[in-house]
Amino acid sequence: MSYLTKSPWIIHYDASSCNGCDIEVLACLTPLYDVERFGIINTGNPKHADIFVVTGSVNEQNKEVIKNIYNQMPKPNVVVGVGICACSGGVFRECYNVSGGVGELIPVDVYVPGCAARPEQIIDGIVKALGILDKKYKDSKKGGDFK
Amino acid sequence: MSRRIVVPFGPQHPVLPEPIHLDLVLEDEHVIEAIPSIGYVHRGLEKLVEKRDFKDFVYIAERICGICSFIHSVGYCQGIENIMDIEVPKRAQYLRTIWSEYSRLHSHLLWLGLFADSMGFENLFMNSWRIREKILDAMEETTGGRVIQGSCKVGGVRRDISDSKLKDMVKDLDILSSDIEDLCHVFFDDDTVIHRTKGVGVISKEAAYSLGAVGPTARGSGVSTDIRKTGYVAYADLDFSPVVETGGDCYARCAVRARELLQSVDIIKQAVDAVPSGDIDVKVKGNPDGEYFSRVEQPRGECLHYIKANGKKNILRERVRTPTTANIPALVKMLGGCEMADVPVIVLSIDPCIGCAER
Repeated sequence: MSYLTKSPWIIHYDASSCNGCDIEVLACLTPLYDVERFGIINTGNPKHADIFVVTGSVNEQNKEVIKNIYNQMPKPNVVVGVGICACSGGVFRECYNVSGGVGELIPVDVYVPGCAARPEQIIDGIVKALGILDKKYKDSKKGGDFK
Repeated sequence: MSRRIVVPFGPQHPVLPEPIHLDLVLEDEHVIEAIPSIGYVHRGLEKLVEKRDFKDFVYIAERICGICSFIHSVGYCQGIENIMDIEVPKRAQYLRTIWSEYSRLHSHLLWLGLFADSMGFENLFMNSWRIREKILDAMEETTGGRVIQGSCKVGGVRRDISDSKLKDMVKDLDILSSDIEDLCHVFFDDDTVIHRTKGVGVISKEAAYSLGAVGPTARGSGVSTDIRKTGYVAYADLDFSPVVETGGDCYARCAVRARELLQSVDIIKQAVDAVPSGDIDVKVKGNPDGEYFSRVEQPRGECLHYIKANGKKNILRERVRTPTTANIPALVKMLGGCEMADVPVIVLSIDPCIGCAER
């Protein structure tokens, strides 16, 4: 965790999740798991956030919302897809109003499978994302492009 | 008359864990009208009955919502069992009751936390969720899952709880109930909470009834309605009465849920005392043929599962009427005339579960 020199903030959006993963994302912030001790705060403002946590799958209605949030975030940033629905659509992949995982819309850096994903898994995914964020940041310093 | 402006609220909003969109028509700081629009989390899972057989669909029914998960699976299984005339063993019925009440405890604690968060009381939010983790631990030990349990099936339940474990669970609940009482004390008596909730979002008994409000939203306005009193699963054998408050404001709705925490603990204790020994499931043969309305009491209110089958492996139609859908007209009524700053508290006070409502 030595690369954690800044406090990375997350923004969470429920794409079309059943709530299971959403409440587990919130559970990560509360006393038992308490990721706030690492300075990770759940913010509501995309412009304040470094990590975009998406739960659930994509549909026509929420496509624009996800794109909007992603485009408003400062770069470099990372996207974490939480739950099997965010990965592939999960049990709902055959539903008429599910287009598939979040990866079809925006580039996803870390996938956390599970139904519902457990807080330990989510924290693990976010820690992996922090490594990727750090690498992207260093690349951007070298003058490389970041996305 | 001052100029009217429209302020969008949601779908992505700091206070909402889930996306719902409200167009708030404001005149100065007062909300004149609220126009809800939904559809952000619609998946269309009712249609999946065509692709999954009726036993398999239990797991889809459970994933209608991750908070009310267990009770949805009870509602669905109950419908199929009634169509097929399956006699579910008593022990399974009691275990369903115990897990249902655990779900209610975890849902209400979750809601109390979110409600505290909506009025900016961060400490109370954290404390509610700290207590909730103990409930989830018990769920995980007995079912294997924290929020999605997968332990209910057509014809009974998939896992048994040993009698010694049941006794341990009651012991844990005894310790927990003093924590819960402390928590309730804050929600009942704290100045901050009273200031933000008393007299906010008032809905009269008549309005709540005529708009079809259900669950704590209706009970907070003095309408005594509780589907558990119809005696599904093992509720007929247990002694309890609906928690009713008469204030009709956010404070009353909060008080109903806080008091229901202690009621749920009591119901679990009664159920553990009375749980009979025996089988936990029966073998299911054949396919369902017929239709049934199954009613269950979710943490958010009455939930209907309509099931129609024609003797095939796949049922014809499954339709769910969720409590949030029933409570939205009441919410729109509450929002009329309130102040803009109170909108998050009022929206949260019906315990909106958009995942359920849109499916």
